[in-house]
Amino acid sequence: MSQKYETVIGLEVHAELRTDSKLFCGCSTKFGADPNGQTCPVCLGMPGALPVLNKKAVDYAIEAGLALNCEIQEYSKFDRKHYFYPDLPKAYQCSQFDFPLCKNGKVTIHVNGVTKDIGINRIHLEEEAGKSVHSGDNILGSDYSLEDFNRGGIPLIEIVSEPDMRSPEEAYAYLTTLKSILQYTGVSDCKMEEGSLRCDANISLRPVGSTEFGTKVELKNLNSFRAVQKALEYEQQRQARLLDKGEPIIQETRHWDETTGKTHSMRTKEQADDYRYFPDPDLVPLIVSPEWIEEVRARLPELPPAKFERFVREYGLPEYDANLIIATKAQADFFEATVALYNDPKTVSNWMMGELTRLLKTSGQEIEDCKVTPELLAKLLTLVDNGTISGTAAKSVLEEVFATGKDPELIVQEKGLAQISDTAELEKIVAAVIAANPASVEDYRNGKDKALGFLVGQVMKETKGRANPKLVNELLRKQLS
Amino acid sequence: MSLFDRTAHELGEMLRRREVSAVEVTEAVLKRVESVDPVVKAYLTTTPELARAMARAVDSRLQRGEELPPLAGIPMGLKDNFSTTGVRTTCASKMLEHYVPPFDCTVYQKLMHQMSPLIGKHNMDEFAMGSSTETSAFFPTHNPWDLERVPGGSSGGSAAAVAAGEAIFALGTDTGGSIRQPAAFCGVVGLKPTYGRVSRSGVVPFASSLDHIGPITKTVTDAALVLNAIAGHDPGDSTTVKREVPDYTSFLKDDVRGLRIGLPQEFFAEGLDPEIKEGIFATVKQLEAAGAQVVEVSLPHAQATEAVYYLVASAECSSNLARYDGVRFGYRSSTAPDVQTMYKHTRGEAFGLMVKRRILLGTYALITGNYDVYYRKAMQVRTLIVRDFERAFEQCDVLISSTTPTPAYKMGEKSKDPVALALSDLFTIPANLAAIPAISVPGGYTKEGLPYGLQIMGPAFGEGRVLQVAYTVEKLVDARQRKPELPEKGGVA
Repeated sequence: MSQKYETVIGLEVHAELRTDSKLFCGCSTKFGADPNGQTCPVCLGMPGALPVLNKKAVDYAIEAGLALNCEIQEYSKFDRKHYFYPDLPKAYQCSQFDFPLCKNGKVTIHVNGVTKDIGINRIHLEEEAGKSVHSGDNILGSDYSLEDFNRGGIPLIEIVSEPDMRSPEEAYAYLTTLKSILQYTGVSDCKMEEGSLRCDANISLRPVGSTEFGTKVELKNLNSFRAVQKALEYEQQRQARLLDKGEPIIQETRHWDETTGKTHSMRTKEQADDYRYFPDPDLVPLIVSPEWIEEVRARLPELPPAKFERFVREYGLPEYDANLIIATKAQADFFEATVALYNDPKTVSNWMMGELTRLLKTSGQEIEDCKVTPELLAKLLTLVDNGTISGTAAKSVLEEVFATGKDPELIVQEKGLAQISDTAELEKIVAAVIAANPASVEDYRNGKDKALGFLVGQVMKETKGRANPKLVNELLRKQLS
Repeated sequence: MSLFDRTAHELGEMLRRREVSAVEVTEAVLKRVESVDPVVKAYLTTTPELARAMARAVDSRLQRGEELPPLAGIPMGLKDNFSTTGVRTTCASKMLEHYVPPFDCTVYQKLMHQMSPLIGKHNMDEFAMGSSTETSAFFPTHNPWDLERVPGGSSGGSAAAVAAGEAIFALGTDTGGSIRQPAAFCGVVGLKPTYGRVSRSGVVPFASSLDHIGPITKTVTDAALVLNAIAGHDPGDSTTVKREVPDYTSFLKDDVRGLRIGLPQEFFAEGLDPEIKEGIFATVKQLEAAGAQVVEVSLPHAQATEAVYYLVASAECSSNLARYDGVRFGYRSSTAPDVQTMYKHTRGEAFGLMVKRRILLGTYALITGNYDVYYRKAMQVRTLIVRDFERAFEQCDVLISSTTPTPAYKMGEKSKDPVALALSDLFTIPANLAAIPAISVPGGYTKEGLPYGLQIMGPAFGEGRVLQVAYTVEKLVDARQRKPELPEKGGVA
């Protein structure tokens, strides 16, 4: 990236709220039902059917707003946003235009050791559209399209950031932080793969030192946080090249193609819909009392920034560890539950960030759904501590716990993984290893300490990792001296 | 007197006294429909089986000696924009010609609880846009008093049906006068309640903030009875108000002593038929003689009524009618190669001219750049009109005017001229903009023998006061002495 330009990024994040019923009707929001099995005259836009606002959705949106440090507006209202598309039953989406529910929030991000606040312009409530399934690649290239309105009418919040991000990396950090905060509150699942979290990005470049914004481009089809970052990186370079050549940036919406790693133009500003917003006359203004706001504030959980501080202070975790552990609420809860049973926070953190994370990644599971519980992990770590098993053996026990959910003690017994701490038995093996590796013995005697490590390794190999490494060290030194 | 000529109130008493059965009443009305509807053409769909089943249920309750709801056994009709499960609801549009709703509107549910037999669905102007029922995609309805004339609109089918004895009462919708103007043209009573008094849930909207639902009846007493049955908060309509519903029949007193009656000067200006003007003034004189106090008031922003109404109504209509896209229900063009063309052809082929005109106007009023100049400005002026009324009601209890500038006009006379058609709504629209209750009661007859309406408007939720004055006017005018003469068995007039 050239040093001539400064990148300006703003993000629009849509998050589905986890209410049981839809925003304006009583239909279930459960994922995975039969197509159109969760619909009614209201969410199908039948003539005369009227919307009735779901209070729980407002409640969740207030909670999200408070978690993101917003001012909750006592007066807000709903507006109709018009466009024609087969999955939009009324041909307008009920949204909030000039009076959103939440305003002026912020999210604090940490990038490369630098802390920065990203402003949140607004959060508003709106309804989801249905889902189109095309027989071809898109609606125009298809013989037919099928419409499923189960998703139609599910409550969404749209979180609009200020154009405060200056690099794709900051955008990535903002998204992960935002997701973590939303998940903490529990108002949204934030599952990008199920579409419950979506992101559009706006990006422009301007000469370094300039205070005016350049022409912005909106990026769509960003299906993961990494995609957001990659698309922004690509777009940053594309725009810089155009500016270098003295060519203008066209204000447009561009589509990110994950396979080619490029963006291409979807529509220019001139081709964009005029949404013809106007206040929805079927709904009355939304009035939120100060008491309601305080009620929600009182039940807010401890949020990531506070938890981060506390984990560093209370558990003495390094900032790096604390940051990783608090990434999800489930993980932080797991950590605290384990530490309550096994009081060595750093060791717990090491195991969670190391072995456990590796197992979760490989199997694609989430910590809250896996078979390893805080009780089982604490038990396992206690077995290492009291010398029953070695650290190496503990890794394979954890794998077994992860696969079966069995008690670690039982696994150790069944697999005969208990550590060999019998001096007499080990002395024999040590002697055999010394006899078999004269070159290393020679090296050690010549002051090459590394050779000792090799010899320890050989003993461990012979005992299939069961030897007590501390004891092996001692015995080797004794026999070699 | 034939059963179909009776009022809801009279029939209710006769049923309770066991002088007549509900089946007899329903059969009398069904027979009347069969004999005169071929010339009146008030119905788009009749539902004789539904009506008979309900009537039988009423009779078996009577036989068991059980208490009946006030409107039990009183045959009624609904304008064809009220959703009725299993009965097509067309809005008199090709777009919904075969549309059968899967749910009932709230007010029909309420009338079913009243055990009121549904005779059928009434013709109307397409999507309630029009003042003559001539914009119906199917056929025009004829005024029972003169079959060459329009019954008014958009609830023209409902007013004609009640006037012709083809229903004892009906429910209509009123966005700019669509209950009151046809009631005036057909010599019956039409009441538009306060906005939020009656649920709109399930009634196909034209302009949501202006649409009102109300009764079309033969008498003021019947209007009170029907309002009792349909008024009240509905959790399914966020714009209804949680406010106690009084017994509206308790206001039916032939007594206006001490009441202050306001005459809005702007409503008696040019354009008002002199014969009607004279008639209204004569009635006002009688009210004065009966102890009312008459004051002249002014609604200075009345001149903006037309402009405000057309912007607000069209803007909301363009949005409300956007859902007719051929995707899920209703008409779909079969000539389109892709979805964009399908939208265009569907809407182009199935909407009538008046509807298209409103959608175009409303879309234009809402596009970026125009919104502030047109829609927002119109809403601001609407607020001024509301304040005009609030000020007027500081000086008086009710306002009286003519319902329309003229009596019913000849068919085809104004349908080609939207401006002339619009002018006929000038006296009715302000009450929609201000969301206040207004009633049209028969005010008398012109020399030609055509009925005209006297309009009474009251402050928000002042239906009781409005009904009280209407009841008194009804006694003074005694319009029910005359009845339209109709050729029976579908003969030619």
